[in-house]
Amino acid sequence: MPTTRRDFIGKMLTLAGYTMALAFSKTGLASWAAADFSRQTFASTLKQLFPGQALKETNKIHLKLPRIAENGSVVPITITSSIENVDTVYIFSEKNPVPLIAKFSLNPELDAFIGARFKMQETCDVIVVIRADNQYYQTRQKVKVTLGGCGG
Amino acid sequence: MSTIKIRSKRLADYTLVRTLIAHPMETGKRKDDDTGELIPAHFIQTVSFKHNDQLMSQCQMGPGIAKNPFFSYHIKSAQAGDIISISWQDNLGYSDTAEHIIR
Repeated sequence: MPTTRRDFIGKMLTLAGYTMALAFSKTGLASWAAADFSRQTFASTLKQLFPGQALKETNKIHLKLPRIAENGSVVPITITSSIENVDTVYIFSEKNPVPLIAKFSLNPELDAFIGARFKMQETCDVIVVIRADNQYYQTRQKVKVTLGGCGG
Repeated sequence: MSTIKIRSKRLADYTLVRTLIAHPMETGKRKDDDTGELIPAHFIQTVSFKHNDQLMSQCQMGPGIAKNPFFSYHIKSAQAGDIISISWQDNLGYSDTAEHIIR
């Protein structure tokens, strides 16, 4: 069967459609919120991430953090919480150039537990915000840094 | 060689999963000691953690995570033979995936 121009263009369009769909689905999976990780103050990061939300102080989030971090480039943190239905965990370091360290989504099959290692520019508060049932809870702890980890 | 190491341990109440990724995590603000030039930013942006093809945790992160990122998680219920998979993508488009079988 000879290929007509109409057939050819039709096939090309379908192919292009698939390629586009593939490309978009890939970026959709790996979507990274660049704006949340921009260089800004801690206050404006909070305003951007939780507009109009009250962050409740709670003692139900337990942080295992060193009081004095000798080397700011590797600060271990362990977060555990007795709050039910935790779905997102945010870690902030107040005075880092990029205050948002990381954001974890948690499946209900996981305990409210995260262990990680992060960098701190200087002595400041580390803030952990947890989202559960559309409520936000926060807790903070001061870490003294003797050698900064963000500069060089 | 894979950049990802995964270890797991089945405990009474949960299964502990620990993962270590080999990555420079450059912030883009650090200077090369010899040349004095800025080292370009190169850091992991997303890490996803799956248990038997079910997405357990998706992590978005900035340059504030330490070099050679380490993460640990607790799975509430896991059986021997379950498959854990970890994958990451960085800002320069590199990525890697590794699988691990729980014993």
